[in-house]
Order: sequence, then C-alpha cells, then structure tokens
Amino acid sequence: MSTTTMAPLKDRSQLRQKQMIAAHFARLARTAESGEKSVYTFVPGNLTELVRNFDLLPVLPEINALQSSMRGKSKEYIALAEKLGHSEDVCSYVKCDIGMLKSGNVGPTGERLPAPDLLLLSYTGCFTFMKWFELLRQEYGAPTVMLHVPYQADGVITDAMRRYVVAQLEKKVIPALEKVSGKKFDLDKLREQLRLSAQAEDDLAWVLHSAKHRPSPIDAYFGGVYYIGPMFSAFRGTQDAVDYYRELRAEVQERLDAGLGPVTPAGTMEHEKFRVVVEGPPNWTSFNEFWRMFADEGAVVVASTYTKVGGFYDFGYRHDPEHPLESLADYCLGCYTNLDLGTRVDVLCRYLEEYDADGLLVHSVKSCNSFSAGQLVMLAEVEKRTGRPVGFLESDLVDPRYFSAANLKNRLESYFQMVAQKRAGARR
Amino acid sequence: MRYVVGIDLGSTTTKAVVLDESCRPLGRGITNSRSNYQVACDVALGEALNSARLGLVAAELDASAFPPARRSELLGELERRFREQQYRAQLGRLADALASRADGDAGLRSIVENIVERMGVEAHALFAPGASRKSDFFRDLAGSRYLALAEEHAGERGAGFDRLAGLYDKAILEVENAPGDDARFGETARAALASMSSSEDVLATAVERAARVPLERVTCVGTGYGRATLPFPREWIRSEILCHGLGAHHLFPGTRTVLDIGGQDTKAIQVDEQGLVTSFQMNDRCAAGCGRYLGYIADEMSLGLHELGPMACKSRRSVRISSTCTVFAGAEVRERLSLGEKREDILAGLHRAIVLRAMSLLARSGGVKDEFTFTGGVARNPAAVEALRRLVTENYGARTLNISPDSIYTGALGAALFAQREAGKRASAA
Repeated sequence: MSTTTMAPLKDRSQLRQKQMIAAHFARLARTAESGEKSVYTFVPGNLTELVRNFDLLPVLPEINALQSSMRGKSKEYIALAEKLGHSEDVCSYVKCDIGMLKSGNVGPTGERLPAPDLLLLSYTGCFTFMKWFELLRQEYGAPTVMLHVPYQADGVITDAMRRYVVAQLEKKVIPALEKVSGKKFDLDKLREQLRLSAQAEDDLAWVLHSAKHRPSPIDAYFGGVYYIGPMFSAFRGTQDAVDYYRELRAEVQERLDAGLGPVTPAGTMEHEKFRVVVEGPPNWTSFNEFWRMFADEGAVVVASTYTKVGGFYDFGYRHDPEHPLESLADYCLGCYTNLDLGTRVDVLCRYLEEYDADGLLVHSVKSCNSFSAGQLVMLAEVEKRTGRPVGFLESDLVDPRYFSAANLKNRLESYFQMVAQKRAGARR
Repeated sequence: MRYVVGIDLGSTTTKAVVLDESCRPLGRGITNSRSNYQVACDVALGEALNSARLGLVAAELDASAFPPARRSELLGELERRFREQQYRAQLGRLADALASRADGDAGLRSIVENIVERMGVEAHALFAPGASRKSDFFRDLAGSRYLALAEEHAGERGAGFDRLAGLYDKAILEVENAPGDDARFGETARAALASMSSSEDVLATAVERAARVPLERVTCVGTGYGRATLPFPREWIRSEILCHGLGAHHLFPGTRTVLDIGGQDTKAIQVDEQGLVTSFQMNDRCAAGCGRYLGYIADEMSLGLHELGPMACKSRRSVRISSTCTVFAGAEVRERLSLGEKREDILAGLHRAIVLRAMSLLARSGGVKDEFTFTGGVARNPAAVEALRRLVTENYGARTLNISPDSIYTGALGAALFAQREAGKRASAA
C-alpha cells in the first residue's frame, strides 16, 4: 500500500536555491574576465562570511563531489582517480573531486570552475580534509592557510579553545585573506554579515524544529540536505540566504497549517507511519532511490546529525554580530564532526526524545572514517539508554559500487517491521 | 482442511511450510530457487502439500490402530516410492524436453533417449531403503547421472560431451519450471502403492482418503530475498529477519540469539521472550562467508556441498585461511593444495573463517545470549556447527546451542506463524 501521492512541482524555495547556485557558479566561471578570486574551503567550519568579507568567492569541493554524484558522474571520476593511483580505500569525495579536476574541472552546473587563489582549511575533525588540500596544493600550487580547531574531547568549548581559534583568525586567516584579495578586513561589514547569518539561522532552526509536529511537514534528512544547502555552502551571511530561508519557512508553515507530510520522491507522504532519527551522511549516488525506500514504508526522518555538520543551529547557536570572531570560533568548534562520541550519543538521545521518534538508524559510509568511527558503539549506547530500536545501514557517499539496493531495502524493511512489531507488543 | 502457509524464497532454495490453524505442522517442501520465483514458490508449496497428505495417510493409519513397526515400515516405503514416482514423472518430462531439442538430429536423439532410459532403470535403486542421495533436487540428482552417462556416450554418432551437456542445461529449465501439482497426489500415490513390495488394504484406503481431503488455504506469508517478486499484497510479506526470529522461538522457546547463515547473507538476530526481534545485524553487500561461499569451495574441490562438513570434521590440524572472500579463498585453496596441505585441514580452516565472520556480526548485534539457535542451510553442516560451538564458548562462555534438523525451514516456519496470526486477526475481525 502506497503512503504517498504523486509528486508535486518543486517548491518555490527549491527553485530559488537552484537559481542562487546557478548564479554563483556562473560567477565562478567568469572569474578570468571579472578578476574575482576564489577560495576553496570545506563545509564543516566554513568561514563563508569572512571569505565574502573580502569579496572572495567560496568553492566547496565536497559539495561539488556530491553534486557530481547526483548527476551520475562520480563513477567515472572515481575510476579516473583510481587510475591515477588513489586507492579504493581513499574517501570517495576526494577521488570524485580529483577525477572532476582531471576531467576539466567542470562543476555541477556544467560550467568550468576556477583554480583556487587560496586553499582555506578550517580543520574540524576530518583528517582527510588535510590530505585532500595537500593534493590540491600539489595540483594548483595555491597558497594554503590552516585554521586548527581543537577537538571537543570533553564535549565543552572552553575560553582557552575559543581564544586559540580567534588568535589564529586574527594572525593567520585574516592576513591570508587580505593578501590574496588585496583588501583590508572590514569589521563593520562582518557584523552586518553575521546579523544576516543569524536571521537566516533563526528560520532554518524553525524549519528543523517543525519536524516535532505530527505529521512532520518535512523530512529532516533527505529533505534536510536541501534545506541546509545555502546555509552550509556559499551563501551564509547574504541577503539571498535570508530571503531563501524566509520563503522556506513560509512554505513549511503552509504545509503545517494544511496538516501535510513531507514531499518525497514518491510525492507527498500521506500517512506518517514511522518517525526516525538518522545518524551519518546520506548516499548520493542513489539518493532518490534511498529516500524512496523510507517513503515507501511511510517513514519520515524527523532529525538527523548530518544536517549539523555545517553548524548546530537547532540547539540555539547563532552567529553573533556583537562578538564576531568569537562567534565564528564557536561555530567552528561546535560542528558535529568536531564533537566527541559521548556528546554525539547525547545529541542522538535528545533527538529521539524531543522529536518523539520510534528509533535510530545509522547510515555508515565506507568513505568517511570521521563519521563512521565509533558508530556501532554509539548505536549500542543509544539503544541501552533509550530502549528504542536501532538499525544499521551501510553504503557510501559517492561510490556507486557500494550501494546495494537489495541489501539496504532488506535491512530497512526488517527494521520497520521490527519497530511495528515492538509497537504492537507494547499495545498488548 | 484449512491451512496457512509460509514461503521463504531464498537465493539458493525456496521453502514452504504448511500449518493448520492451531500451528500444528502439516507439511513442508523445498526446491532449488531459479529465475522464476513464482514457479519455485508453486513447486515448494506443491511439495509441502504432498508431504501434508502423506502426513494424513500416517494419521489414518494411527486411527486404525495398525501395529507400529509395520506402520513405519509401510509409511517409509510409501514415501520412498512416492518420491521415486515423482522422479520418474520428471524424468519423463526431461526425456520429452531433450527429444524436442534434439529434433532433426536422429543420432543425438537416440543417444539422449538411451541415457534417459538408463536413468529410468537406475531410479528404483536411487530410492531404495538407506540409499544416499547427493541432493534433494531433481536438477542435481538427474544432472549428475546424466552427465556421467553423457561422458560414456560422448563421441558416438558425432555428438560431443559439450553438446550433450548443453542440451541438458536447456532441457532442465523446462522440467523444473513446470509447476508443482497437489492435484496429482492421488495418481502418484496410487502408482507408488502399486510399486511397493508388499502393501496392505488399510494403507490403500488411507491413501484414497488422504487424497480426497480438500485442502483450503487461509493465508499465506512470503519472506526471503525473492519476496518482493511475489505477486503478494504488501501485508503478506515479512522480512526474513523477523521470520527467522519467530521460527527459532517456536522451535526453541528459550531462544534469545539467532544466527542464520543462508545462501547469500548472514544475520545475527536478538529476540525477546516472545520471539520478537529486538535488534539485528547482517552482512553488507558482499556475500563473503555465506552459504554460497561453501558452494564455490565445493566446486573448487570437486565435492558435493553435503560432503564438505563431514570431510572437514576429519581434520586434526586446521589450516589458517585468511580470506572469506569467495574469489580469494578459491585461490588460497588452490595454493594450499599445491603446498600439499590435506583437504580436510583446508576445509576445517574455511569453516572457521566463515564462522569468524558470523561472530563479528553476532558481536555487533549484542553478543550471544542463552539460548542460542543456529538456523539456515549452513546449520546442517557439522563442521560449521563445531567451529561455531567452539568460538561461542571461547568468547561468551557456555551457551545452549540449538540446532533443529529442520533448520533450513526456520524462515518459512516463521512466515507460516505470521500467516497463522494474520488468519487469527481476520477471524476475530469478522
């Protein structure tokens, strides 16, 4: 029995996001003529406001990798990278990016990406990012600056940690950005950018919290990755982002008022049967197929940790115009990938409770040690603490060889039938 | 008589279990899976219904207070002759399929006729008391004899072995894709009776009665890898993980941990005191270390699948095999053989390797609790059982290890139990 109706047209906000991305990539494609410069950086701990403070254009290689994958290009890019000597065990984002680079550096919109004028590595827990930029530095010979963000080993941000990051921003990152842009750092402009960031963050947090309703008007994982798009990539701190999130919030409000479930690849979900929390990044090679496996079961993801890799806004963090550099430091320190296992377990238990979820599903990806390390320990701990059913899924980010539809479907069906059985048992 | 049925469409075999409405077992059937799951399902169900009717014959004899020793002798012979008749019927279909494919080549046709005729002559001995058969399936039983005879006849009238073997590969598909038929029970059983060395009127009467009992299906639940291909409504389909959990609980109510090693996947399942699954883990997309792995190894060593375990049990010094990857293990086996290692020692190492992989899934799912039930086709392999028993004791201490002789039917049994619950729900709703 299908729990969904036919797919409607794309939401207005989604079309707006598409236009924003297209405009950004068009601008990147024209840097040779416009003289604008680009900074390559990563999503977790991205310093978008700071980069844009110097009128530089951010490029996010892991977003390019996932979008290449959604366009069906990752298989050939990965094959090329492996031909060039990168092992099968290397993160598939890295290989997809290297393959794209070696195939002419054509980005997700079909336009060529510029070479980086600066590689800005904001290190927030992923060691692979460091190696990735070593490869890019070798390729492009671009200047590189690294912000070292201390790991939250005890689940708290101390003053010393904050000061350590701020000092690096002042002494390393800002001077590097000044040098590459030829412009002076503008503190007032940064305050204004952060004000816009906080405004958009309020709306994003509201959207994420909307999943607490029954039925949830959004899917906070598969749909969530679209919602975090502008915030986690090149647009935080811009009016465009503010407008996007305002529009998104209004749309979600409409769905909420109408009592509608989320829009899935199979259409609007009519009957929400299961509410789950998901830990781990999604699979991008078969994104819609994977989503559909959930939708077909009437399962909606009400909270996910992946949508926090670029910032934890739902727990109250906001960029703060009154304390600009300190709040940038707190932002970097607070990214999900920078948290210790105990805190990650706390987050998951809190989501299960606050979103009234049936259970937890962990999607473990072969590529990502940073995410996957400790996931089985977390799984066992969450089950022990909450008593809610947990399930374990395995595939990859962008390497299609690791996506086995039959295996995933089998596990998901088993999981949801187990949840249903448990529920029926509890009612007896 | 009303019945419920559970069907487990596995990657290697398809099983059906038939229960009455109070969960009493009536019959079960198994067939090798093939490209057409619907046919596999029909064949397994047909077999299960045949075995249910043979069970009715036995019940009739009980009712007539027949002497027990004579009873089991007669029933044993009836069943063997029944299987022989089924084998002969399939042989007849094989002869037709071979003949139609050899049409136009009189020489070839005469060779295959000759081969099938010889197979017919051997059929009686194949089902003699105590005769060992390498497999339960017609494809394997007939195949091994056909190929052996084809080798003898190769070269006659210009027909090479490859051509004869190719002919069989095509013809067998047609034979095994013919659906099972419960309606033929009476006819087959009468022929079986007629071929018995001695019979009794009371048995003939029991057969006639059993053949006339109307069997009415109330509900059906499907499970296993091929379940999605069944033309079943969604509510009639259950995950094999839940079915193995419930089936194991039904066989051994003290079960808390279940390990199922099937053809292409391995599952570690934890269940509560009612047989409801509380957590599970299964292998990823790679089927290394599953039943198929043993199948490939058997081919690599030119042994029958059933021969692997007993041979491994003879080992005194297990060889360490590092890979559970089917391809690499094949290479490792060849290397070990070339180094002069004994086959039984290599096989013991291979069995340990697959059980080690299962141990990792068990650990992930929450460990091995008491009691521990091992299900699936691989549970019939004594070397796998021995390796598992040893590793479980080493890692978790003493545990009661349950293995049913019918372990391969556990998933289908669980499905049948779900079908029975479904029937109960429907009855109370009506």
